[in-house]
Amino acid sequence: MIKAVMVMNTQGKPRLAKFFDYLPVEKQQELIRRVFGVLCSRPENVSNFIEAESIFGPDSRLVYNHFATLYFVVVFDSSENQLAMLDLIQLLGQQTLERCFKNVCELDIVFNYSKIHTILDEIILGGQVLETRSTEIMRAVEEISKLEAATNAISFIPKSASSWLSR
Amino acid sequence: MGSQGGFYQSKEFLDLVKSIGEARSKAEEDRIVLNEIETLKRRISEPDIPKRKMKEYIIRLVYIEMLGHDASFGYIHAVKMTHDDSLLVKRTGYLAVTLFLNEDHDLIILIVNTIQKDLKSDNYLVVCAALNAVCKLINEETIPAVLPQVMELLAHPKEAVRKKAIMALHRFYQKSPSSVSHLVSNFRKRLCDNDPGVMGATLCPLFELIARDVNSYKDLVISFVSILKQVAERRLSKAYDYHQMPAPFIQIKLLKILALLGSGDKQASENMYTVVGDIFRKCDSSSNIGNAVLYECICCVSSIYPNPKLLESAADVISRFLKSDSHNLKYMGIDALGRLIKISPEIAEQHQLAVIDCLEDPDDTLKRKTFELLYKMTKSTNVEVIVDRMIDYMISINDNHYKTEIASRCVELAEQFAPSNQWFIQTMNRVFEHAGDLVNIKVAHNLMRLIAEGFGEDDDNADTKLRSSAVESYLRILGEPKLPSVFLQVICWVLGEYGTADGMFSASDITGKLCDVAEAYSNDETVKAYATTALMKIYAFEIAARRKVDMLPECQSLMEELLASHSTDLQQRAYELQAVIGLDAHAVACIMPSDASCEDIEVDRDLSFLNDYIQEAIEKGAQPYIPESERSGMLNISNFRNQDHHEASSHGLRFEAYELPKPAVQSRIPQTLIASTEIVPVPEPMYPRESYQTTMPSIPSDAGSAELKLRLEGVQKKWGRSTYTPATSTSNSTSQKTVNGTSQGDGASTVSSMRETYDSRKPQVEVSHEKQKLAASLFGGSSKTEKRPATGHKAAKASSHVVEKSHVPKSSLEVASEKAAPAQQPPDLLDLGEPTATSTALQLDPFKQLEGLLDATEVASAVNGAPAASRSPDIMALYADTAAGIHNKNDADLLSGLSNPSVTNMPGTTAMPQVTQSSSKGPNPKDSLEKDALVRQMGVNPSSQNPNLFKDLLG
Repeated sequence: MIKAVMVMNTQGKPRLAKFFDYLPVEKQQELIRRVFGVLCSRPENVSNFIEAESIFGPDSRLVYNHFATLYFVVVFDSSENQLAMLDLIQLLGQQTLERCFKNVCELDIVFNYSKIHTILDEIILGGQVLETRSTEIMRAVEEISKLEAATNAISFIPKSASSWLSR
Repeated sequence: MGSQGGFYQSKEFLDLVKSIGEARSKAEEDRIVLNEIETLKRRISEPDIPKRKMKEYIIRLVYIEMLGHDASFGYIHAVKMTHDDSLLVKRTGYLAVTLFLNEDHDLIILIVNTIQKDLKSDNYLVVCAALNAVCKLINEETIPAVLPQVMELLAHPKEAVRKKAIMALHRFYQKSPSSVSHLVSNFRKRLCDNDPGVMGATLCPLFELIARDVNSYKDLVISFVSILKQVAERRLSKAYDYHQMPAPFIQIKLLKILALLGSGDKQASENMYTVVGDIFRKCDSSSNIGNAVLYECICCVSSIYPNPKLLESAADVISRFLKSDSHNLKYMGIDALGRLIKISPEIAEQHQLAVIDCLEDPDDTLKRKTFELLYKMTKSTNVEVIVDRMIDYMISINDNHYKTEIASRCVELAEQFAPSNQWFIQTMNRVFEHAGDLVNIKVAHNLMRLIAEGFGEDDDNADTKLRSSAVESYLRILGEPKLPSVFLQVICWVLGEYGTADGMFSASDITGKLCDVAEAYSNDETVKAYATTALMKIYAFEIAARRKVDMLPECQSLMEELLASHSTDLQQRAYELQAVIGLDAHAVACIMPSDASCEDIEVDRDLSFLNDYIQEAIEKGAQPYIPESERSGMLNISNFRNQDHHEASSHGLRFEAYELPKPAVQSRIPQTLIASTEIVPVPEPMYPRESYQTTMPSIPSDAGSAELKLRLEGVQKKWGRSTYTPATSTSNSTSQKTVNGTSQGDGASTVSSMRETYDSRKPQVEVSHEKQKLAASLFGGSSKTEKRPATGHKAAKASSHVVEKSHVPKSSLEVASEKAAPAQQPPDLLDLGEPTATSTALQLDPFKQLEGLLDATEVASAVNGAPAASRSPDIMALYADTAAGIHNKNDADLLSGLSNPSVTNMPGTTAMPQVTQSSSKGPNPKDSLEKDALVRQMGVNPSSQNPNLFKDLLG
C-alpha cells in the first residue's frame, strides 16, 4: 500500500503532502524535513530509490523523481513494485499535470491545490493505485470541474459557523 | 495565471504564496503565516461569505497546515462545508476534512450523517466524493453506519463508483477485519466485473486477503492465471495500455498474487509456468514499466515451485538489469539476484563483477542493497572480506538506524562464520568501537562468553592464547578516548577475569587501568560497577595465589568514593571488595575461583539443604509451612479482613506483618508441597553452589527437584561455530569432565571440521586485478569451499538458533553429507544455500540410518582421530574447561544473564535422541563420512584460510 505522496520544491518547501494514514501535523512536517534531507544529499544520476526504513519505520520504501524545481516522492510498503511507483510519479507529474497545466510549474500546484488533490484521489484511493489511464483521470477531473463551475453561479454560505452550530 | 481552469484564486492568495516563497528565513515565513492565520480567523467567521471565497479560505487553511501551522480553528468550517448542496463547496469541504481530521477526531460524528446521505446521492460525483471521505474518515465504530450503503454501491452502474466502493470496503477490512469478515466474498464476486478497472481494483484487497490466508484462495489460481493471460495477450481495450504495455499495473498485482499462491505449491505453480514464461518473452524491456513487470516475474519465479526454464529466463533478465546503465535497473537486478540465489546459488557467480561495481557505486541506495545481497550470500570462505567491507561502510555512514542494522548483521555473520577466534575478537572490537552503544547488549554478553568458554579448540592452550590476545588488545584499545559503554563493560569484565591470568601483566598494571576506566567514565555507573567487580577479581586472584596485595592509591581513593556512593549497587560492590581483601587465601579461593566464569551454577530451588534444619524445628514444635496457594484456599482468597480475623483469633496478636519472611526459610519441608513452591518467588541464589554442598552435604538433589531447576539444558549457544548437545541430567564436575571426551562428541566435530573440497576455478577475464581479487574472495572463485558446521544452515540461522544448536550431530552430519555432494558435482558450485543434494536420501529407513550412523561416527572418529586431533577445532572440547565447581559469585549477580545459559553442557550424555533426530534427515551419512576420510587420505590438507587471497584486501 502507498503510505504517502509528497511534492516539495528543491528548497525543501512542501507543495503537496498527502498521507494515507493519518499523522499529526508535526509528524508530517518532520517526515517531510527528513525526506528532504535525504533527497538533497543525493548526487545526480543515481537511482530513484531510497531505503526509507529509518524515516518511515519498517517495511517502507521511497521512490522519488525530480521535475524542474520539484521533487515528487512516493512512500509505500513491500506490496508495491518500485519501478511501477516510479511510473506512477511519471503518470502524476508528467502526464496528468502536464496535460492540465501545460508546462507545470511550482505555483500551479499551490494555486490548484484542490485540483491536484482531485487528480490524486482519482489515481490513488485509500493507499491503493486505482486508475492509471491518464485519459480516464483527465475525464473525471474535467467532469468535476464542469459541475463545480455550474454550481458556482449562486453564491453565499448563509450563516457563520457558530450560528449553524447553535441551530 | 490563465491556466487555472475553474479554480479561481484571489490576488490575496497569490500574494501570500509569493511572499512565503520569497521568505528568507523560517522566522519570516512564520511571521507571514501567523499574520495570515489572524486574517483568516477574522474573515472566516464573517456572515454570508460567497461560496467561492469560502472555498478559497479553506484551501488557504489547508496550505497553512501543510506548512506546519495549526489551522484547527477552521476545522469546523470545513465540516460545515461538507453539508453544503453545492458540489464545489462540498468537495472542498470533503477534501479539507480528509486532510485535517483523523478517524478518531470529535468532529467526525458531524460528518457521518452527511456521508450517509451523500452515498445515496443521484449524482455519482457526490457519491465519489463521499467514498473518498469514507476511506479516510470512517473508523471501526462508524463502519456499521455506512456499510450498507457502500455494499449497495458495489453494484452501482458507474464503474468509477464500483471501484471506489471496493476500495472503501478494503479499507474497512484493513481497519477492522472482523466487522466485514462476512462480506469478503464480495471481492471474489467483483473479480468477475465486466469492467477491467473494477477487476483491477479488486486485486488490491484480494492480494491482502491471500497474503493473510493463502489456502482459502487456492481455487482462484486458475482464474488469476487466465486473467493474466488475457491481459498479457492484449485482450483488454487499448485504453488500458500504458507505454505500449497492456495494463501493467494489473499484471504486476496479478504476478504478486500468483507468487503468494504458488509458494511451495507445486500443483498451483505448474498452472502458472506457461503464462509467466509468455510474459518473460513478450515483455518490452526498453520501458520502465516493462522492466517493472519483468522484475515482478522474477519475484514470482523465485517464490513459486522452481522451474528450470523460468529460472533461466529470470537469470537472463537479471543479467540484463545488472548490465544496464540505469541505477534503478541495477538496483532491481541486485534485489532480484538476492531472491534468486536462494534457489539457484550458481547464478551469483557470473555476476560477480557487476556486484562489485555496485558495491563501489556512489549511489548509497544501491550500495546498501548490495550489502544486503552479500549478507545473503556470506559463507565461511568469504566472511572476512564481506564483514570487513561492511564494517568499513558502517564507519563511513552517519545514519544511526542503518548503522545499527549493519552492525547487527556484522555480528551475526561473524558469530556464524568466524574463521578464527582472533578474527572474531578483532571484528567484534571494531564493531564495538565504531557502532558503540548501538549494538545490542546481548552481543557484548556473547562476546564475554566466547572469551570465557573459548572457541572449543582442542586444547586449553588455544583458549588461553585467545584470552591473552583479547586482554592485550583491550589494554591497547583502552588508550583511546571515549569508548562506548557496552564495549567498556566487555573490556572490564575480560580484564577482571583474565587480565592477570597469563602472567604477562601484573595486578597493578591491570588494576591501574581499571581505575582509570572508572575515573574516566565516572558518570557511567554500569561501567563503574563492572570495573569494581573486575578489581575485586584481580585482588581475589592475587590473594588466592598467596601473593602480597598492594592496593594502588588511586584504587583506594576510588573505593573510598564508591563506599559513599549514592548508588547502592556500587556501594555494595565496594564493600564486597573490601570484605574480600580482608579474607585469607583459602576463603578467597572458594569465593572467587580463578577462571570459573562458565562453571555451572546449580540452582537448588527447593532449598533442600534446609530440610534437616526444618525437620529439627518441626520436631521442636514449630508450625509446618503452608504454601501460599493452600493458605489462600483456606482463607477465602486475599480477603484481608478475613485473614486478619483468622490470625487474631488463633493467636490473639497480629502476626501477619512478621510472617512474610517465613516462606523463604521454611518452604522446603514436606516433599509433597514442592510442586506448589514455584508460586513462591524464590530469591535468586546468592551463594555459590559449593557452599550449599558443604553446609548440607547429606541432601542430594532428588528427582522431584530436578524438574524445578532452572531449565538450562538446550539453552541456545550463541556461537556460530561451536554447538553443544542438550543434557538432560545434572551432574557434578568430575563426571562432566569425563563425559566431554566421549567419542560421540569428538566424532561429530571432527567430521565437521574436515569440510573441505578444492576448487580449482580461476576468476574470469582480466578486468581489474583488484576487483578480480575481491570477486574471487567474495564469490569463492579460486578458493576451496570450506564448510563449517553452521554454514549449511544459512536459511535457518539467527531466528532458529535454538534448533540449530541443540542438534549438533544433525548439523554436522548434514554438512558431512553436503560435503559428499560437491565431490560428485562440478567443484565450482557456490555453496550459498542448502545444497539440493541434501534431500536426495530422505526416503531411507530412519532406523537403518540410525544404525549406520552410530557406527559411522565410530568409524569416522577412528579414521580421523589422528589427523584431526592435531588441528581440527573440536566443538566439544570447549566444554572441557567448563568443569563445574564453585561458581564465581560476582558473575552470578553481575552477569547472571550471561553466565546462566552456559550451565549444564554435557555433550555425549544424550547422544541417542539426537542421533535419532539427525537420522530423519540427510542422506546416508556413512558414505559421506567414508568419502571424507578418503579425501583426507588422499592428502588434501585442510587449512582454515587461504592467506594470499585476503592479503591485498585486508592489508
